Amino acid sequence: MEYTLYILLLPALSFLLLALAGMKMGHRTAGLIGTLSLAIVAVLSWWAAAEYFTMPRQADGTLAALRPYNVEWLPFTDTLHIDMGILVDPLSVLMLVVVSTVSLMVHIYSFGYMKGERGFQRYYAFLSLFTFAMLGLVVATNIFQMYVFWELVGVSSYLLIGFYYTKPEAIAASKKAFIVTRFADLGFLIGILIYGYVLGTYDFSPSEQSLMQGGLMMPAALGLMFVGGAGKSAMFPLHIWLPDAMEGPTPVSALIHAATMVVAGVYQVARLFPIYIGFAPQTLHMIVAVGAFTAFYAATVACVQTDIKRVLAFSTISQIGFMMVALGVCTSADPHEGGLGYMASMYHLFTHAMFKALLFLGAGSIIHAVHSNEMSTMGGLHKYMPVTHITFLIACLAIAGIPPFSGFFSKDEILAACFRYSDVVGWVMTVIAGMTAFYMFRLYYGIFWGKENKALHEAHRPHESPFVMTFPLLFLALVTCVAGFIPFGHFVSSDGTIYDIHIEPSVAAVSIIVAVVAILLATGMYFRERQPVAVMLQRRFPRLHEAAYRRFYMDEVWLFVTKRIIFRWVSRPLAWFDRHVIDQFFNFTAWGANATAEEIQPMQSGNIQSYTIWFFVGIIGIALFMLAF
Amino acid sequence: MELNLLYYLVPGTVMMFCGVYGFFTRRSLLAVLLSVELMLNAVNINFAVFNRFLFPDALEGHFFSLFGIAISAAETAVAIAIMINVYRNLNGINTDDIRKLKG
Repeated sequence: MEYTLYILLLPALSFLLLALAGMKMGHRTAGLIGTLSLAIVAVLSWWAAAEYFTMPRQADGTLAALRPYNVEWLPFTDTLHIDMGILVDPLSVLMLVVVSTVSLMVHIYSFGYMKGERGFQRYYAFLSLFTFAMLGLVVATNIFQMYVFWELVGVSSYLLIGFYYTKPEAIAASKKAFIVTRFADLGFLIGILIYGYVLGTYDFSPSEQSLMQGGLMMPAALGLMFVGGAGKSAMFPLHIWLPDAMEGPTPVSALIHAATMVVAGVYQVARLFPIYIGFAPQTLHMIVAVGAFTAFYAATVACVQTDIKRVLAFSTISQIGFMMVALGVCTSADPHEGGLGYMASMYHLFTHAMFKALLFLGAGSIIHAVHSNEMSTMGGLHKYMPVTHITFLIACLAIAGIPPFSGFFSKDEILAACFRYSDVVGWVMTVIAGMTAFYMFRLYYGIFWGKENKALHEAHRPHESPFVMTFPLLFLALVTCVAGFIPFGHFVSSDGTIYDIHIEPSVAAVSIIVAVVAILLATGMYFRERQPVAVMLQRRFPRLHEAAYRRFYMDEVWLFVTKRIIFRWVSRPLAWFDRHVIDQFFNFTAWGANATAEEIQPMQSGNIQSYTIWFFVGIIGIALFMLAF
Repeated sequence: MELNLLYYLVPGTVMMFCGVYGFFTRRSLLAVLLSVELMLNAVNINFAVFNRFLFPDALEGHFFSLFGIAISAAETAVAIAIMINVYRNLNGINTDDIRKLKG
């Protein structure tokens, strides 16, 4: 499996090449370099997956975790050292496949979407950088390597959100994304330090004995790491950056803010899952609460947004909430005994990455056609954009949980795992799944049916996107159609053994009924030209609508906390102290040195005789000193 | 009256401090040079006297005196040459005027 190194190296090299020599290339060359390197990476990843999963299993039914590369980078003590390497195990192979596939599709798609855009080469350079960072994150052999790439991912996300750097909203959004996630990463870093301090290693699988001695420090360390994960994965209340991150180019949103980077938090929890289960189950239960609340909150907000990318952003937040809940409801590492959630979460991560990337790329195709994100400029687009329409519909059905599309299978496993944990969580998640179906079909009808903005469409007739953009849509739609039939439990499960997915009839029936009802409701409300129910509801509950539309004022709450509390009561006194105490102290020393210099300057007269007098006085002084002692 | 060490050392010291005083206070380079010579000669006297009284069998003190005389002669030649150059450039040899080399 030594070739896995090239999976990491190729995007890095392509980034360097495009960043250093990109401005001398044409758009076509730059795009081709990026896309070709990614194509090789994708092929290698699929090859690695095929080779790894067909390997003979060990005696206990698991697949051996391989480390084709591991370099000791920073040794601190005998046991505590930071390594850089490549870990090949079911989880990382799964993520390699997800990241490289979506990234390849986005690379191809961007050819059409970003055509003629200023900074096309820079765009591809950043895409390569992001892909490199994300791949490095998923193959990390230890928590510190993960953290290094984690930050790199954050940087490339920042660069890509702020790609249109002349647009003030984009700059504000990129800064917001960076600051919020960086702030959360502080928790991650402290968690890592505690982890290293308690266990004496940064490895993902520390010795049983050191874990036992960890005691209450383990839940604390994992909880702090989860804060970082919550920041990256946009868990409430650190979700505020993700909707704004939609200011970036749409393919970027598809790659970073839907499929790969935002699931880094889920990946992090999954990576440390054995430790969570064994030594910090209380932290897992906290994750259930955070995930479920986030899923519910984001689903309500998504129901009223009018910007199609914002709807998708909140839907992403909600779906990541699902994955977190699925991980959190695990009560043991045995997939038959309550470890089902782990498999369900990873499965949903996989299917969600595909259909959410498809949704975003479809949204990009629509935005490409009407030059706006607002739903009011759309409506009735099914006539103009057949391919986008069909693929978007497939993705909507998948996310709503209608069989035989992939989302049904993964979401069903999640719901089954939730019901095993507790009925309350199970029903809550079922309701949220229904809300998901509702707002996705509200979006679908708002774009493709419903009230058409005829004036705009006559002035500028929307057209189907070129093949280079529809190909990724078709490919991802195909994956969405067939991914449900992958025996996913054979590849990834909580203890690594083979687990056969079986649909639980009662759970499946309930979730299908809820989804169908929600879709019918959305159809009734939004399918036709006139939408009396929606208008009536909006009139009836103006306050609620306004609050949901403004995301329940979470941004305002954060602004209040930062500006009114932190800036006023912490930053300002600190600034005062800095200016008046610390600065003044150094000003005083500078002034003292200056004044002394002024005083003794006349002694430097250039008159040798006066120098000799001082010399003589000095000699006398030393002589007296020697005599006295 | 026996001539002991002190009879030589006291005039030497007086000469030395006369030289120091002159070196500090005179404003003419020539006078400064004279003061330096005075100090050198005070030292020479000390060398000779210490040799004569404390180590009568040795000769180093005498030799040092001779060296001192030779060196002071050479130094005088150099100093006079410098003074002539200073005079040519500045039209005087007053120490207060010699500030050209001050940074």
